[in-house]
Amino acid sequence: MLHLPILPILLPMLAAALMLLPPLSQSITRQRLFAVTIMITLVIVSVWLLLTCHQQGTQLYVLGGWQPPFGIALVADRLSALMVLLTAILGLGAQLYACAGDDKEGMYFHPLFMFQMLGVNGAFLTGDIFNLFVFFEVLLIASYALLIHGGGKQKTKANVHYVILNLVGSSIFLFALGILYGTLGTLNIQDMAMKVVSLNEQQQALTKAGGLLLLVVFGLKAALLPLHFWLPKTYAATSAPVAALFAIMTKIGVYSILRVHMTIFGQDAGALAHMAIPWLWPLALLTIVMGTIGVLASPGLRLSIANLVVVSVGTLLLAVAIQRESATSAALYYMIHSTFITGALFLIADMITKQRGKAEDRYVIARPLQNPKILGIAFFIAALTVVGMPPFSGFVSKILILQAANSMRETLWVWPILLLISLVFLVALSRAGTTIFWRAAGDNTQGKPLAPLKCIAIALLLGASPVLVIFGGPITQYTQLTAAQLHSKAPLPNSKLPIKKAKEMPTGQSHNAN
Amino acid sequence: MNLLWVVLLPLIGTLVPLFTERFGRNICAFCVALLPAWSLILVLMYAPDIFNGQAIRQTIEWIPAIGLEVSFRLDGLSLLFLLLILGIGLLVILYARYYLSLKDSMSRFYVYLMLFMAAMVGIVTSNNLIQLWMFWELTSISSFLLISFWSHKSEARKGARMALTVTGAGGLALLAGLLLIGRIVGSYDLDTVLASSDIIHAHAAYPVALILVLLGAFTKSAQFPFHFWLPHAMAAPTPVSAYLHSATMVKAGIFLMARFYPVLAGTDLWFIIVSLTGLTTLLLGAYIALFKHDLKGLLAYSTISHLGLITLLLGLNSPLAAVAAIFHIINHATFKASLFMAAGIIDHESGSRDMRQLNGLWQYMPYTATLAIVAALAMAGVPLLNGFLSKEMFFAETLNQSVLGSLSWTIPLLAVIGAAFSVAYSLRFIHDVFFNGQPVDLPKTPQEPPRYVRIPVEILVALCLLVGIFPAFVVGDLLHIASFAVLDHTVPVHNLAIWHGLNLPLLMSFMAMVGGVILYYNRRHLFEFQSHFDTTDAKHIFERTIQSLVKAAESITNTLENGSLQRYVFTLLLCTLVMGGLPLIELTQNSGTRASIPLDGVTIVCALLMIFSAVATVIWHRRRFLALIFLSVVGLIVSLTFAKFSAPDLALTQLSVEIVTIILLLLALFFLPQSSLKESSNRRLSVDLLVAGLIGCVIGTLCYAMLTTPLNTMSDFFIANSKTGGGGTNVVNVILVDFRGFDTLGEIIVLGIAALGIFKLIANMRIAIPARDDKGRAWSNDPHPMMLEVVSQSLLPLALLVSAYIFLRGHNMPGGGFIAGLITSVAIIQQYIAHGVQWIKPRVTIDYQWIIASGILIATATGLGSWLFGQAFLSTWFDYFSLPWIGKFELASAMLFDLGVYLTVVGAVMLILANLGKLTTSERLDIQENN
Repeated sequence: MLHLPILPILLPMLAAALMLLPPLSQSITRQRLFAVTIMITLVIVSVWLLLTCHQQGTQLYVLGGWQPPFGIALVADRLSALMVLLTAILGLGAQLYACAGDDKEGMYFHPLFMFQMLGVNGAFLTGDIFNLFVFFEVLLIASYALLIHGGGKQKTKANVHYVILNLVGSSIFLFALGILYGTLGTLNIQDMAMKVVSLNEQQQALTKAGGLLLLVVFGLKAALLPLHFWLPKTYAATSAPVAALFAIMTKIGVYSILRVHMTIFGQDAGALAHMAIPWLWPLALLTIVMGTIGVLASPGLRLSIANLVVVSVGTLLLAVAIQRESATSAALYYMIHSTFITGALFLIADMITKQRGKAEDRYVIARPLQNPKILGIAFFIAALTVVGMPPFSGFVSKILILQAANSMRETLWVWPILLLISLVFLVALSRAGTTIFWRAAGDNTQGKPLAPLKCIAIALLLGASPVLVIFGGPITQYTQLTAAQLHSKAPLPNSKLPIKKAKEMPTGQSHNAN
Repeated sequence: MNLLWVVLLPLIGTLVPLFTERFGRNICAFCVALLPAWSLILVLMYAPDIFNGQAIRQTIEWIPAIGLEVSFRLDGLSLLFLLLILGIGLLVILYARYYLSLKDSMSRFYVYLMLFMAAMVGIVTSNNLIQLWMFWELTSISSFLLISFWSHKSEARKGARMALTVTGAGGLALLAGLLLIGRIVGSYDLDTVLASSDIIHAHAAYPVALILVLLGAFTKSAQFPFHFWLPHAMAAPTPVSAYLHSATMVKAGIFLMARFYPVLAGTDLWFIIVSLTGLTTLLLGAYIALFKHDLKGLLAYSTISHLGLITLLLGLNSPLAAVAAIFHIINHATFKASLFMAAGIIDHESGSRDMRQLNGLWQYMPYTATLAIVAALAMAGVPLLNGFLSKEMFFAETLNQSVLGSLSWTIPLLAVIGAAFSVAYSLRFIHDVFFNGQPVDLPKTPQEPPRYVRIPVEILVALCLLVGIFPAFVVGDLLHIASFAVLDHTVPVHNLAIWHGLNLPLLMSFMAMVGGVILYYNRRHLFEFQSHFDTTDAKHIFERTIQSLVKAAESITNTLENGSLQRYVFTLLLCTLVMGGLPLIELTQNSGTRASIPLDGVTIVCALLMIFSAVATVIWHRRRFLALIFLSVVGLIVSLTFAKFSAPDLALTQLSVEIVTIILLLLALFFLPQSSLKESSNRRLSVDLLVAGLIGCVIGTLCYAMLTTPLNTMSDFFIANSKTGGGGTNVVNVILVDFRGFDTLGEIIVLGIAALGIFKLIANMRIAIPARDDKGRAWSNDPHPMMLEVVSQSLLPLALLVSAYIFLRGHNMPGGGFIAGLITSVAIIQQYIAHGVQWIKPRVTIDYQWIIASGILIATATGLGSWLFGQAFLSTWFDYFSLPWIGKFELASAMLFDLGVYLTVVGAVMLILANLGKLTTSERLDIQENN
């Protein structure tokens, strides 16, 4: 299929627009059916894309037929395809959960959700840094709207922080892009990577400023210390399906750091190579520490999970900072694992919250849960996965990262921290679990059965945990190949679609089509 | 036959109880027992090969990236442990059938128990370090579940968490240790590792690896100082205590030390750490056990003490000691499991475990008492019972060491003291419970338990006797092959006999017996002495530690994440400053080679005005209206700047955006408080000012450096190809709708989402609106002056015409869909201002969200159209036509795209505006009526 790489963007785009129009806009039932169908299609398309990228190599899709680097190109390599698939499955889970009733608590849930998917997929697929900015805007503005879904003081307050910080972030993004365009003269990421070698000293300094400003922007998105402050309360306050979907949002920051600081400013970037690494090391470690302290300090389950998100970002960037192929591969495996598990946890926490009356998700004595068995098993599996206990995916990712920290210095920093946070999680989550499930007072009200859609959603996301272990062999093989692709500087493949023959450049210009 | 099944059968067994519970307790227990029994039979079928000195292996690849394989091996040591695990496991299943009351969920118990059994079987048969660790952690998890089986009890929850935390921490240390060993050897294959003793010993990281592995072993086997969790694990149902916390799980640590004995032992470091830890644990456990009033408490500390003994033996670095250790593993498992089961029976039948209440039970349950007494005597090390034999070997080995140099003679002495205490607490168990007068206030009258619950105890006690009387015949071969595996195929000569002649170990045994009797006889003095010490409950210390950790974490988080947006923005800006500023230090020269454009008066005036307005906006930000006006000045000068630097499109866009924005802001500000207090302290202001100033400097420097550097960008390509490739002479428009049309598509979606989001936020919002403004003036009663109404109504067609004109010329001249959309919006906004929402409502029935959606759809469909021609998304088409009267004109697909842009812009602006406006009118009317 020639147009495969753009389908993950177009599908949600059309779906969102159609859901704003009659006949879909008038009935939530129709919207649900339509949206779920689209999401399932999206999962299928993403699998297809992943297989295509895996077997046939990187796919280039040139928009408008303008030859790169002049036109905007979508570049679907193994990493992009993986992220798109991740988003699709996570999105399906969150959406199924919402279809059980949460989507009625505010307007436009399904169209906004689709816009969100569009923005995220676009950010993962684009090979153009300004287009990345555009998709950042799409996903941010959709996330602003989704965050307040369901309304309420907490959500609005958290959202104000989120919006203002991200607006500042967007401005910095633009500054950085202006600088980089000024020195490199191009917006195509692959092309920037080529140009970055041949800069003079003055341009290098400016480019460095641009690159580091991008680190600030992506760090804010990823919630890297000290830019993580907004995350815990925002994620804890928003509605469950949105929080679950947002498990991918921090990963977009990490993904962008990978793209910019590994593809453009990677090992081949001459004087500018690895400019972010000296910053990433300490900041990632501190992020882990602060997130862990946050987990321990959280008075309620949702805040704990939100802090777990912070820790996962720290862990991911730590693995990225090691800069070894095996470490990147470990980071990718960890990314898959942590995205699904935090998504599942937010959903589980929501179900628990709704059964505990006024105590909500706080770690206090409260009335017993109505469905302790199912929720207990789900929470137990999720907690084991987070702590990194076998037989769930947490232990594989932990071991992958530990093994990747190969040198003496890396071992001394990475091992104690990763092992100690596992212990802290063990303490914190066993405390949380025993309090929520076992310290109960009052009558055991035999409640209604759980909404089947919600259970399916949780099963879908939680199921990833054992699947990641059982099929650990092929999955780690894929992440290794992906890491290898990221670390090598491969030229862009040829477009399968016709390219417009552009008029030659005026003489004396250095830009040639690749 | 398949080795895999040995592990898989118990693992599958975890599911059996779930399906069989409905058929009754007997059938459930029977079915649960089937699979482990089958597994045991498989093991026994392998036994002949093992006795012939073979080891059986099986490997399946799993996750090569982490070196994880499904890999099993069966050798002498594994065989020994498998027999213990599966054999005692079967007995416990039978015992638990009668132990659990009807209120307890039998299936849940058996699920956990089978999970544990499978994990344990996995540990002892693993041939891959990572797989071994997996099963190791599974035992911690299943132990947590089993200890907390009665989860409504606080002590069960706390005990379970403590056990999980301590063994979990050990598990993490073990993981680090195993990974380190794997790194040293270059393989996680146990066979390879066990064959690499020299490499490991010689490696610099050996001490670290050793300590990490030992941490894992010591926490699991409750060695000092990690022993404290074990007594609290006794909150578990007694079958669990018998199985996990005496016979098997706590032996996992011992197993680990035995398994790695060939590669980790034999050094001074091993010697010192292991033997001293073992000795301390031995003495401490034996001493404390004597003072425990709780039956299970006594047995728990006794277990700790015996585990210490085994550890000490393994630490002595002597092959004979290792053989003794393995022998004691068997003996301890048999007598301690039977003792726990007996204690469970006593608890069950009498309703108490307190030895101050339990007295004289001999009269009530003589049969059980006999069994318990025999087992207790084995624990005390009385001849003709298995405990005597291994204790004898232990004494002999303490004499053959030189751990402490010239002070080594203290070790046999301490061993005898430990043994004496062991005799004393065994005596106490026997005498206090079964004799010593009459029961005190027991909740129930004790009686003999049901027949079947005694069978497991009988079997185990029989084993104690058989091993004690015919040691060589019963366990000789098993001990040999187990030692064969531990000692790397060189087993020292050992003689399993009851009578070794009159020698020093026998004398030591005798001294221990006498000492024990004396100790017990004088126990009142000892109890009094002990009562002077504070008895600190480990559970409380543990909980307090956790609490204080949580408190500390809370105070850190609350200090840092104080919920202040100002602080978060400040941090963000500070990061920007550092990241943007540091590279500038490397920049030696901030002006490039490009010649500067000469200054002129107008530019200077405009620049000054812009600076002034920007500063004024900040200074008067609390006077909203004023600030807004200054803000609009900034915007207008920006559009003038665009115009000056030959970007008329941008100027037009900026101008219309400015108008729409200011109007929307005015509307929004109407709902906010009219004036706000000064909230920032002067100190804060000056710090903020400093940071803002510095950022200004950095960004200014960056801009200056950028602007003075000659640009070598791909912009030239756009200029060169605009007409020929995009069919338009207005490069900006061609970039927007063609070269980078995809960006534009994204941006109009952003606009659309923004409108939807704002609508979502305010749709159900009700804000009370003041009837007066901040100066106390009442709002006008005539909000829609007639003049305005008439003028704006007549302007509408004109404005629409202008916007159509701007739209059409867009591709070649300044203009385009975006600007046209804004102009249309402004024209409609004017109608709203002039007539009010109430007037517009019946006249405009169209839903604005439809306009947004159709705009996006049209733009997308235009892009999709190129698919029909085999082109990429958003590929454009254009051609020139001529018609009479009109002349030559161009048709381009980009215009359709631009129409989409136009519609989205109009829809988005109107959706926001109409809803902000709706809020105003209705609410204000209400208030006036109320007033």
